[in-house]
Amino acid sequence: MNDIRDQLVWNRLLAIVEEQAQTLMRTAFSTVVREAGDLSAGVFDTTGAMLAQAVTGTPGHVNAMAASVGKFLVRYPLPTLAPGDVLVTNDPWDGTGHLNDFTVVTPVFDGDKAMALFAATSHIADVGGRGFGPDAGELFEEGLRIPIMKLFERGERNDALMRLIAANVRDPVVAEGDLHSLTACNHNGGRQLLAMLREFELDSFDRVGRWIIATSRRAMAEEIRALPDGVYRHAMDVDGYDQPVHLACALTIAGDAIDVDFAGSSGLSPYGINVPLNYTEAYASFGVRCVVGNDVPNNAGSLQPVTVRAPAGCILNAEFPAAVSARHAIGQMLPDVVLGCMDQVLPGVAPAEGASCIWNPVLRNAGGALGNASATPFVINPIFNGGTGARPTKDGLSTTAFPSGVRTTPTEVNEVTAPLIFTRREYRSGSGGAGTYRGGLGQVIEVVHAQGAPFVISKMFDRIGHPAQGRRGGEDGAAGRVYIKDGGKDGNGGNRRELRGKGQDIVPAGATLVMETPGGGGIGDAAERDPEATAADNAAGLTYRR
Amino acid sequence: MVDRVAVDIGGTFTDVVLETGQRHVTTKVLTSHAQPATAVLQGLRQVLAQAGREPSDVGVVLHGTTLATNALIERRGARTALITTEGHRDVLEMAFENRFEQYDINVDRPQPLVPRHRRLTVRERMNADGEALTPLRAEAVRALVPTLTEGGVESVAVGFLHGYANPAHERMARDVLAAALPNLSITLASDVCPEIREFERFSTACANAYVKPLMSRYLADLQERLTALGVVCPFLMMTSGGGLTSVQAAREFPIRLVESGPAGGAILAAKIARDLQLNRVVSLDMGGTTAKICLIDDGEPQHSRSFEVDRSYRFRKGSGLPVRIPVIEMVEIGAGGGSIASVDRLGRIQVGPQSAGSEPGPACYGRGGRAATVTDADLVLGRLDASRFAGGSIVLDTSAARAALEQHVDRPWRDASQVDAVPAAEAVSEIVDENMAAAARAHAAEWGKDMAGRTLIAFGGAAPLHAARLAEKLGLAAVVVPEAAGVGSALGFLAAPIAFEVVRSRHMLLSAFDADAVAVALADMRAEAQAVVGPIATGELIESRSAYMRYLGQGYEIGVAVPTELSAATLRDAFDAAYASLYGRLIAGLDVEVLSWTLTLRSDASTSTPTTTVHERSHAPQLIAGVRRVARETLAIGDRVRGPATIVEDQTAIVLPAEYDAHIDRRGNVVLANVVLAT
Repeated sequence: MNDIRDQLVWNRLLAIVEEQAQTLMRTAFSTVVREAGDLSAGVFDTTGAMLAQAVTGTPGHVNAMAASVGKFLVRYPLPTLAPGDVLVTNDPWDGTGHLNDFTVVTPVFDGDKAMALFAATSHIADVGGRGFGPDAGELFEEGLRIPIMKLFERGERNDALMRLIAANVRDPVVAEGDLHSLTACNHNGGRQLLAMLREFELDSFDRVGRWIIATSRRAMAEEIRALPDGVYRHAMDVDGYDQPVHLACALTIAGDAIDVDFAGSSGLSPYGINVPLNYTEAYASFGVRCVVGNDVPNNAGSLQPVTVRAPAGCILNAEFPAAVSARHAIGQMLPDVVLGCMDQVLPGVAPAEGASCIWNPVLRNAGGALGNASATPFVINPIFNGGTGARPTKDGLSTTAFPSGVRTTPTEVNEVTAPLIFTRREYRSGSGGAGTYRGGLGQVIEVVHAQGAPFVISKMFDRIGHPAQGRRGGEDGAAGRVYIKDGGKDGNGGNRRELRGKGQDIVPAGATLVMETPGGGGIGDAAERDPEATAADNAAGLTYRR
Repeated sequence: MVDRVAVDIGGTFTDVVLETGQRHVTTKVLTSHAQPATAVLQGLRQVLAQAGREPSDVGVVLHGTTLATNALIERRGARTALITTEGHRDVLEMAFENRFEQYDINVDRPQPLVPRHRRLTVRERMNADGEALTPLRAEAVRALVPTLTEGGVESVAVGFLHGYANPAHERMARDVLAAALPNLSITLASDVCPEIREFERFSTACANAYVKPLMSRYLADLQERLTALGVVCPFLMMTSGGGLTSVQAAREFPIRLVESGPAGGAILAAKIARDLQLNRVVSLDMGGTTAKICLIDDGEPQHSRSFEVDRSYRFRKGSGLPVRIPVIEMVEIGAGGGSIASVDRLGRIQVGPQSAGSEPGPACYGRGGRAATVTDADLVLGRLDASRFAGGSIVLDTSAARAALEQHVDRPWRDASQVDAVPAAEAVSEIVDENMAAAARAHAAEWGKDMAGRTLIAFGGAAPLHAARLAEKLGLAAVVVPEAAGVGSALGFLAAPIAFEVVRSRHMLLSAFDADAVAVALADMRAEAQAVVGPIATGELIESRSAYMRYLGQGYEIGVAVPTELSAATLRDAFDAAYASLYGRLIAGLDVEVLSWTLTLRSDASTSTPTTTVHERSHAPQLIAGVRRVARETLAIGDRVRGPATIVEDQTAIVLPAEYDAHIDRRGNVVLANVVLAT
């Protein structure tokens, strides 16, 4: 028999972590945290088992954060911690996969008794080194690494650490501010938790915590048990940095557990697109959870039945000191691979492949000899999305982030911040893979410099050589493109120079940069498409392919 | 003093309140969807007859309505086209390029009000400084006329990139269209929302264009019928920002009316807060489908500049259509009397957001509803008088409520050998209260505010039943339940000031602050507001100005009250103070930028002197204790009731748990005090 109080405690824990995330989002300085929700927050029992996690903008932290607190407790066993202690790390393997993510863990004490731990992670824009991007060859080039250590000790700030951080990052004010907001959101969570303990007259979470975890695990197990046992394989190739990356997946369903194994995938990249296993786990299990148990809250119990592995030396199990800064570029592709397996398990629930990797170029002024000395210095990092794959009973979403949850930046804001004119930014007709249900459309973006000066684009784009594939006779989405056009009158004709998807290029004075984001794959035979839907697409001019 | 009439058209009921002298005469009639003015006139005749007053006695009519909102939700607006900048046809549909629900792959983004084939482009371009990079040619606009005519377009929104910085092209397009198509309804994005960020601006302009013909027809019809009835007096519209505006302004910017009903409720709560000198208040407006929660500090409800119409996915943020208009900021969740209770596969009781509404309604209504709802739980727990609910118009069926709770909650939940509706009812009530508490706390956290020490002001049909327990969960010691809480929004209109807000985007770094340019812009804005407010306001006008500012490069601005002495230094100080109170710390050495300015002009009081009903004491104060059920009308000023008890009234009942005392204050409010928390 259930006790409604147990459920109230569970609901309250979920509300507390949402509020913790809300506080972090409101107080964080980094734009990516505030606008895109690149953060996570959770509460853990005293053994390090996660009890509740906020639903935020990024799936990339899900398992990574859940595992992280255990690692903190290995380094600092709970009996060695005191009220007022706050721990921190940005180690990619102990935290969430790259140096930009700082995880702060705060034990909560009722008097002297440790009751729980709060953890929060957010993306700090700069951590020194080469800056955020895929160009490093080793972790050491990617910035400052803070092993698990104390940020506060009995309420006293670790000034030595703060000074060290401030001395090694490009924007120390932001870094320091964000560490404070991480600390503050955990602190608020702790305060709410203690108030709840008093309200419900609990002296520990042990019993309720076990119930939450067991209930969630059971719900997952029941759902998995209903799936046919077997080994399901799917592979996908993506562009990678300098050469294609092969992502191979064997998904095994045995009883009430799912194992995802990436053996057979490409080896390490010499560039910073390698993925630590914790981040692989996060995106792979997100792929599973999109179709299995998506109504079960994330906690130690619901995460447990899905295990993820990849052999050492694989791009999806990069070990120290591999470069990992842009691990999202590969990580965001993993749900497509996993869903390719799930489509065999449960036909008719998985979407087709989509653009998946966000297109977020860094655009800045060309300095030095190339630049026009009088041109305004600027740097912006806008986010553009392609189309998602068709869903089993619906079209894909056009220009929508998936699996990432980030938001785009308005053209007007980009133009206020940078001396650029976005002469075009609209749907890319015909880019959605045809099918009974078609893929979502990508977009075309055309950019010129307002003063006719040259400018620089730094890219981390994928699906240029490897478009999103359709399912069951649905066609592939259009591949992405990025090129420079010049010499044409009114932006038409002239010369086109295709660029590769990765790395840096100069857009010459007076030329137009064109980015065409990839479309999503379709599902099913296009001949089966509802004629009304086709007519609507034609009327809207969405199907014409240039 | 003249009689005043307030009318609130809701989705189900049209509420009419007549204020004559110290009396409020109220009625609820069913909304007449085909011709909403019919119900208004019906209600108006009723209250006039009841009060023995003539149409000519009415000195002012104050009106709020959800008609615009409903037209947007049900997509019943005009056939609308958007004319926009070449190369940017899909701004309205690309939106933020994100999903609002991470784990649901079948989630759909809101359908834009204007489909792609009616999104037309013309060659023109402004830059961020408002300089024309590509001039607009009149012929380019004229070339669209056949498309508009053939497509049967009734209403057009014109939205060009950076039109907020220089509206010249939009105005030229308007002039060309108006000359060619005199009957076309035209909305300029630079008029309705002159702010940076094209998606929200175009979305607002299209929403305005979408409801403009409909609202225009309705308002003309109402005015005509009022005149025919002999009501020849000023007629003012309630806006979502909590101020009253002229019918003319309402016809021009009907989008500003969308949340007028809920705004009225918040205005009522704010008035009660001022009357009772409560500086920190949270209001709860809980009806049949949703609960709306608003923070009220120093007698002022919280304001904001953005709102989402039709959050169609479990009221989730991001699942609606964004509009940038002045609004009273509230959080709305799917928690009301009709909210449906169920047990999920994890064995957890879930309440809402689905609602049984009023048709078929909760199981206890006996109108064919099978679902177990919050009202069914309240009935089973003995909180409602089955024979007095909704003034006796519906006799509630307790056994049907029991059966629904047993079947849909108790059985799947407890797995006990004997079913029992009571634990299930208790659980449902606890969960809905917990949901509201969580929403209130998260809302406060989002705005950097604290719940502690607030007084809860509760109105709407279901609120008094749940207010005390909600207060307890939020750690609040006092709850106020006003009189006639069932028509709270309309009562709120009577307390609203005449006001109009004007906004302008003008990007400026504080390090390069141009005081003269700002002064010119503010004077211009004042003139615009004056043109709306001046002719209808009486007495002194109060001007308030805000700057929307942020650290250089940040994503979001905060509203900062503009100091009287306007300079870069005073603005910086004001920004620092506002930033610190919201975020707890400042970032030294970083430049600050202003993105936009707002100016509000309002009358210093409502449309007449505040007329709080002050009741006469009819008998010596009495203490009522050990009584399960008390009728509210038997209580007089100064009477006290000791919990546990239920104070029953026509529309609803006030639940008084054991740890509460209640008394009737001299304005007729029932004031609940938690005796445990208060000591």
